[in-house]
Amino acid sequence: MKKINSVEDLRKAKEKILAGMHGKGKGEKEKVLVRVHCGTSGLASGAKEILDFLTLELEKRNIDATVIRTGDMGYCYAEPTIEVTRPGESPVVFGYVDKIKADEIIEKFIKNGDFVDGIIPVNYRTID
Amino acid sequence: MTKKKIQIIVCGGTGCSDKNSNAVAESLTIEIEANALENDVKVVRSGCFGLCNLGPVVRVMPDDVVYIGVKPSDAQEIIDEHIMKGRVVERLLFTDALTGKKLRSAQEMSGYRKQMRIVLRNCGIIDPENIEEAIAHDAYEALARVLTTMTPDEVIKIVKDSGLRGRGGGGFPTGLKWEIARKNKADEKYVVCNADEGDPGAFMDRSVLEGDPHAVLEAMAICGYCIEASKGLIYIRAEYPLAVARLKTAIAQAKEYGLLGENIMNTGFSFDIEIRYGAGAFVCGEETALIHSMEGLRGEPTVKPPFPAEAGFRGKPTNVNNVETFACISPIILKGAEWFSSIGTEKSKGTKVFALAGKINNVGLIEVPMGTTLREVIFEIGGGIRNGKKFKAAQTGGPSGGCLTEKHLDTPIDFDNLVAAGSMMGSGGLIVMDEDDCMVSVAKFFLDFTVEESCGKCAPCRIGNKRLHELLEHITKGKGVPADLDRLRNMCLVIKDTSLCGLGQSSPNPVLSTLENFKDEYEAHVTAKKCPAGKCRDLMEYFIIAENCVGCTACARVCPVNAITGERKEPHVINPEICIKCGACKEKCKFDAIIIK
Repeated sequence: MKKINSVEDLRKAKEKILAGMHGKGKGEKEKVLVRVHCGTSGLASGAKEILDFLTLELEKRNIDATVIRTGDMGYCYAEPTIEVTRPGESPVVFGYVDKIKADEIIEKFIKNGDFVDGIIPVNYRTID
Repeated sequence: MTKKKIQIIVCGGTGCSDKNSNAVAESLTIEIEANALENDVKVVRSGCFGLCNLGPVVRVMPDDVVYIGVKPSDAQEIIDEHIMKGRVVERLLFTDALTGKKLRSAQEMSGYRKQMRIVLRNCGIIDPENIEEAIAHDAYEALARVLTTMTPDEVIKIVKDSGLRGRGGGGFPTGLKWEIARKNKADEKYVVCNADEGDPGAFMDRSVLEGDPHAVLEAMAICGYCIEASKGLIYIRAEYPLAVARLKTAIAQAKEYGLLGENIMNTGFSFDIEIRYGAGAFVCGEETALIHSMEGLRGEPTVKPPFPAEAGFRGKPTNVNNVETFACISPIILKGAEWFSSIGTEKSKGTKVFALAGKINNVGLIEVPMGTTLREVIFEIGGGIRNGKKFKAAQTGGPSGGCLTEKHLDTPIDFDNLVAAGSMMGSGGLIVMDEDDCMVSVAKFFLDFTVEESCGKCAPCRIGNKRLHELLEHITKGKGVPADLDRLRNMCLVIKDTSLCGLGQSSPNPVLSTLENFKDEYEAHVTAKKCPAGKCRDLMEYFIIAENCVGCTACARVCPVNAITGERKEPHVINPEICIKCGACKEKCKFDAIIIK
């Protein structure tokens, strides 16, 4: 990525990045997006382990997914939490994720779209 | 592809569980099995929907229909009508009180959600170590707009019109602060971000820096443009290693992309940001002490005026804002002052992030519009008090604030209402206490903190708080006399009136506010020498109820000091002279024979 030298550059960069996320626009199949919340409270509850587990297992099981490391959403009581977005669907947040839960999420939710226990529903409004 | 499965999500949040959502889930499962639908329909438990007063809440997916107030007896109708025949059960839908319209989906009901994310908009959404994700989520868009289409005065006007007030505690209007810093002419000015979050229990600034550091960097640059500063400094505590690391990465990436540094986006505006580390002294959150600490001097406050806007860092005009305040700036620029000022109460606009801690179920960060009541925060968003105990008080404003009690539950929370209630907003820590907490001990705990953190420069704070602490210690040990309460109050008022900075001026608040709201509890300590909450060890007496005691000897065997005596199968007795009040016997007793008097 080259330096942003003007406002046009910024807007162009933004469009390019948006198009590149989720593997959209490259003729590829859209990817599953997994966000692992790795702020201090997440990491303290073992989010790093979940991040590594998901990164490794999704690749092993041949699932086209992007795993990203983010900050916390504020659900400290339910950490580690992860958010999974299946192509074309709304994001779903899961709480109290350990390796067993993460495995269940891959097999049931990511592969088939079946919800598993431990969903944290969206309980806030966003600004857009 | 096979037919899409129907999934029924039953809320398992504390609010709904209390209203028997477990039984609803079971009834649904029974009905599903009775109709041999178990291959097509599944029941799943979820966390809180944030609609606790409407619970138990059930959501049917993929139709996205939300039913409220569902009873176990409604399960049959939901399965028969909705699942089998595809007809929505109108009777269980939510009715909009204003329009009388039935709302079906979670989407339509989103307006009823108590939380609103402005400051936390990108936390948990973007990768904080990848500037591209931030750019994709509108980072630096506001900066671009400001630099190319607006004058500094126009920007300041928007910030002023938005009604944004400083989120660090004082609640000073941010736009006005910027305007004063702009008016003071100098060859160099500074923008400082106060990330020295010191209130016990508050961690929103940390989360913002860890989750969305670019929001702060961008807002600092906007502020720099407004007050004509080219240098920004972030004063962050070294105890936040992750936030520091992510900030460093974010600054380096922003420089690499030309969004910070010389001639940003070819507009001729240059702005650079550096990090300064704090060693974790509470007083360094006070802006003059913070500036001295950054200059390499002792972190001690000085008398204002001069305000930092006149003579701050290195004697130059300096604008100091808190992390959360900066995080509000970009949305205000992008969406306008009117939008922001439409949220909140008359004098407190926008949202506030609270860190819920203590005896509450959903410990964590929440962001609500100003004016949300304490009841909504604690019982709906926070999921209520842990273990079904009774709510007693909530401390806001940390060691500088006061406690709110049951009578304040329905007060809309904003800057002015909290002050009127004898507390303050502070940085947004909200510590919840239940019936088992002794308010004298709570006041003592906060005094512990202040005594430790007082910088020692002025006598009222250094000596006064120490004396205050001693007096409280006295009272909790059962050595207090009724006259101590007046002495306590007088000392508090003197410390408040004569201390040099905000730390001392506010340190007696927890004592004053607990004295005000829980006078009977203080009196019980000094007159009856009893602690009603059973927390003060020196005022407790363990006692065996003879009728309940079966003489199993379990307590006598567990007692570390052999204070319990008695024959086998005969009621036992505790010798209060020997008892060290460790509580081991009470824990061991299976017959509820041991009580605290």
